[in-house]
This record gives sequence, structure tokens and C-alpha cells, in this order.
Amino acid sequence: MDFFGPVLDGFGTVLDPTNLLYCLLGVVIGMLIGVLPGLGPAATIAILLPLTYGVEPVTAIIMLAGIFYGAQYGGTITSVLLRLPGEASSVVTVFDGYVMAKQGRAGTALGIAAIGSFIGGTIAIVGLTFLAPLVASFALDFGPPEYTALALLGILLVATISGGSKIKAIIAAAVGLFLATVGRDGFTGAERFTFGNLSLADGIDFVPIAMGLFGVGEILYNLEERHRAVSAPLKVANVWPAGKDIKQASGAIGRGSVLGFFLGILPGGGATISSLASYALEKKTAKDPSRFGKGAIEGVAGPETANNAAATSSFIPLLTLGIPANATMAIIFGALLIQGVTPGPQLISNDPELFWGVVNSMYIGNILLLIMSIPLIGVFVRILRIRAAILAPITALITLLGAYTIRNSMFDVMLVVMFGAVGYLMKKFGFEPGPLVLAFVLGSLLESNLRRSLLVLEGDPSGFLTRPISATLLVVFVFVAVWPMIKSAIDQHKNRSMAVQAVNEKENA
Amino acid sequence: MQAKHAEHPPVTAASPADPGPVQSENDESPEALTPEELAAQWEAEAPERAGGVANLASSLVVLGLGGAGMALSVGLGLGTPAAPSAGMWPFIVSLIAAAMAVVQLIVGRRGGKDGEKFSAMSWYTVIGFATLILMVVLMPLIGFEIPALLLCFVWMRWLGGERWRSAVLYSVLVVVAFYAIFIAALGTTIPRLF
Repeated sequence: MDFFGPVLDGFGTVLDPTNLLYCLLGVVIGMLIGVLPGLGPAATIAILLPLTYGVEPVTAIIMLAGIFYGAQYGGTITSVLLRLPGEASSVVTVFDGYVMAKQGRAGTALGIAAIGSFIGGTIAIVGLTFLAPLVASFALDFGPPEYTALALLGILLVATISGGSKIKAIIAAAVGLFLATVGRDGFTGAERFTFGNLSLADGIDFVPIAMGLFGVGEILYNLEERHRAVSAPLKVANVWPAGKDIKQASGAIGRGSVLGFFLGILPGGGATISSLASYALEKKTAKDPSRFGKGAIEGVAGPETANNAAATSSFIPLLTLGIPANATMAIIFGALLIQGVTPGPQLISNDPELFWGVVNSMYIGNILLLIMSIPLIGVFVRILRIRAAILAPITALITLLGAYTIRNSMFDVMLVVMFGAVGYLMKKFGFEPGPLVLAFVLGSLLESNLRRSLLVLEGDPSGFLTRPISATLLVVFVFVAVWPMIKSAIDQHKNRSMAVQAVNEKENA
Repeated sequence: MQAKHAEHPPVTAASPADPGPVQSENDESPEALTPEELAAQWEAEAPERAGGVANLASSLVVLGLGGAGMALSVGLGLGTPAAPSAGMWPFIVSLIAAAMAVVQLIVGRRGGKDGEKFSAMSWYTVIGFATLILMVVLMPLIGFEIPALLLCFVWMRWLGGERWRSAVLYSVLVVVAFYAIFIAALGTTIPRLF
């Protein structure tokens, strides 16, 4: 009972009516904002961060879990009804989901996505329940060098796995690390880069950066993209899928759950990769692959299950190591820090109630999502019919006024707007905001651990390589850093030999 | 695999002066059904890539920032590896940024697959940004109501192409709703006029 005692206590916390209510509120608001075209889960959570202020930590985190799942599902809705994926991890859903909607089966597609998300999420939480304590106990004896190496690897993985230019992603990460140094230095007490500004003495707050880069940045970008007019959403009828649909999709849901869970643990865009992998897997194992892209229900069920399972299991590195695996997790990490919760190996043993409260709130979030998504689909479709011209200023106002309420500070609001401009420009010039935010969140952890390690190792960096875990992590780090170059060299070689082969064949013919 | 789409048709946006209602013109485009066609269509619809000049500019900005960061860090004192001072870590980070900017300068000199060119529509973003700044400046002086009303109206009427009447109506409704939620219901201390 040693192990299950705290787990069950966690349920007690979650089932408290107030917490349930906040979770419900989170799911609904998460879906409401997540369904707005152009706002993915990271933007949605960033915009809604102020909501979780002034609430008890456990309640706030439960609400965040609700927002998280709601926002994820919001992206699915736009994929199916508008052919506009809210985020990278529901791009493949468009292939079959939109076609199904065209065939008048939008309800079935959304229903099966909700059911798949629920099952995948639940299986992943069960896996998390057993795996997280293991990982945490392994990480308990991590010292500063191990944390330095782990944080470096985490940032690099997120930077290199994200789409787009890897060099630019690393630049973004470096900028994030630099911004994290603004304010008073914890070791020497020196003021760094504050330029005498009192508001900067305590450093730049995480929330304005996240709200600005993800929230206002996206809103400004969408102003420009507005003319890419969106067609009206397709009609939705009978959301609950028929028995034969569920039967047809069950294999895909099972495979997607397992695939998503394992891919999600790996740092760097787990949800996106797992949805792609699941689609490929389903197409490969199908008896008739030609159905895919023409409204195959497995093509919706598999990826939607996998991305939710992965989104859930990506909480494992966050909660047990304190390393967020992707941009969305970075925002949740920041939100937890604001609540005075430092995710890391000690969390389970020091504050089991909170830890299991967080984990179990995911069950509740998942169940509420399943329950709410079905009756509320009609509402969301109606929101999709509201013209973007009217929704845009509303989201902008929510963000600005929300940012003000955090600390009653106009300076914060100004920062949000400024970082909004930075986020917009980054997007225009091909820099991902994700690595910047992630690096910013990990910045002070990385710096303080690096400096502590240097003190312990007496300034000898080779000391990192004499400790097995940090050495392994650094070897992986170097491999990840160098791999793209090796890969492109191999590809070039292959292309050349293929070209030679083609020429030879032509000559022979 | 490359379905021969017309080479990046110049984005035929309605002229910025009169955006007009630009809803649902997409329905005419033939429905792409296979994932490959859909991907190709997205590719064709995607805005033009930022190109070499943008790469040069952004790399130089990063290089400049990195250089400034290094200079400021040196000013804070670097210390030694055994006893790093306040400037050591920011120096390393700025150095990485600057070095990567140089690499990007070379690698991306012919443009690349990332970024987007600014278009005539980018002015919308500039106007939107200006209204946000105006709101932040005016809010402490005259409360949030009037700036919010202005922001809604500008975004709806000129940036969104709503008609005068609906823009006025919805702006007022939105501000009233925000007042009801943030001031009346939640009792926040947002600067207000009434």
C-alpha cells in the first residue's frame, strides 16, 4: 500500500468539488480559446495564465491540466471542420478528418478523436503513475554537473527537433538564456543588464515573455494572415460514433496509445512526431491503405490518440527531472514555478499530495474533456462561425487585461506587447519562439548548476566527463548537435550514388 | 510529387485600402483530397519565403546583439573558470549567439526555407501593434474603456473589414462585456474611467 496510498490520496484532492469546478472551467475555456484559428495549445495556455493566479496551487494546476487538454482538443476541432490544424500535432488529422467532415461525418471524426484522446491520455497517465517514481528515484542523486548536462541536452533537443532552421533555433535558445540572466545575480548580487530600471531588478518575469511571444505574437501575425479567408466550418451531426466506427478504430486507438506514450517521453516535440508516426503506422498496417486520405477513421483515431498520449507522457520528464520536453511543457513549467512548485526529482517525495494531485487531475481533465466535448461541439462550431475580425480584438483585450491583473503592473503589459512584436518578427524571420521560451525557463537552473559544478570541479570542465551520467548526457548532446551534419552528408552521398545509378540505367537502356 | 502549381501566385489580397468582406473565397479552389495534394496546395498557398536579404538583416541584428551582450558581460567581469563572476555565463551565451549568427549569415545567404516576406498586409500588423501600444500608454491615464473601444473599433472596421454599424455595435458590446467581467464580477483593479 506504500505506493498506492499517496496515489489514492491524490484522488481525494482532485475530487474536491472546488477543484472539479476549476478543472471543468479550464477544459471549457481551454477549448474556447484553443478553437480560435491560429492559437495552438502553447498560445492558449500562455493567454490564460493569469486565470490561474490567486488560486490555491493544487487547484491552479488542476485548472491548467484542464486548459491543456481543452486547448489540445480545440486544435482538433479546427483541423476537422476548417482544415486548419491548430498546431503541428494535429496536421495529420486534417488528411482524413476534413474529408470525413466533407462526407458529412464530422461528428464521427470529432467523436472518435475525443474517445481516442481519452483512451490514449488515460493509458499514458497509468504509465506515468508507474514510471514517474522510477525516473525520479534515479534522478535523486543528480548533482549540479548532471543537471547542467541534462538542461543543455533538453534545450538542444527542443531546438533541433523543432521544424525550421536549426541554427536559428539555437540562436533563439541563446537569446532565451541571455534574457534569463537579466536582474540580480544570485551568486554575486551584481545587477545584470537592468540599466538602472527598478522593474528589471528582479529579472524579467516568465509570464510576459510567454504571453507576448506566443499570445500577442500570434494575434499580430493573424492580423496579417486574415485575408487568407477561411471557409465556413462544415456541419456537424451526431457526434457519438456508431458501434462499427468504434470497432474499426479500436486497433488504431490501441496502437496509438502505446506509440504515443513512448515517443512522448523523449524530449522534443513528442506529440507531433507521434501523430505522424501513428498515421504512417496505420497506413502501413491497414488492409487497404488506399482508403487513407479519403476519410479513413483510423487516420483520425490513431494520430489523435497518439498525440494526446504523448502530450501526457511528456509530463514525465517535466515532473520528475524538471526538464520540459517542448514549448507547451515549458509554459506549464513556468506556471508551476509561479505557483511555488519546482518540478524535479524531489517533488514526489517532498510533496506527494501535490504531485499525485497533478497526475490525477489529468484523469479528471481527460474525463471532463470527453464528457464536455460531445455536448459542446455545437457551441464551438458556432464560435467558429463568428468572424475573425470580431474575435481578434477580444483575444487581444483578454491578453492585455489578463497580463495587467497578474501583478497590477502596466510595465508587465508593456513587456507583453513588446514581446508580442518580437514574437511576430521572429516568426517573419524564421525563428521559432519555442526554444527561446524553453531556454528562458531553464536559464537560471542551467546557469546556477553550471556555476556550482565549476566551483565543485574547481574550474576544470573535464570533470563533467569523469562522472558517468553527466558524461553520457554530454556524449548524447554532442551526438545530437553533430547528427544533422552527418545525416546531410549521408543523404548527399546517397543522392549522388542514386543519381549515378540513374545515369547508368539510362545509358544501359 | 510536385504537383505543378503556378509558381507562387502573387498573393492576390484585396488592396489594403479597401479590404472589404473577404470571407469564404476558398470554396472555389478545387478540393485537394490526398495528403500529398493537400501538402502541395499548402506549399503553394504558403507566403513567400523571407529570402537572403532578410537573412542578412536578421543575422546582423543577432550578431550586433551578441556583440553588445559580450561587451556588457565583460563590463560585469568574467572571473575565472574556477571562480566565475557575474559576466561569465552571459558572455558564453552571447558568444554562442554571435557565432551562430555568423554561421547563419553564410549558410542562409541565398535565403532558405524559413521566414516569410513582408507583404502589403504587414501594415495591418503595424497598425495593430500601434493600437496596442496606444492602449498601454492611455490606460493608466484615462482608464481602459475608451482605449479598448478604440482598439476594438480599429481592429474590426479597418483591420477586419467589418461594416461601420456592426463594428460600432460589437465594439461597444465587447467593452461592456469586459467591464462586466473584469470590473463588476472579478473586481480587478484595472485602471478605469467609470
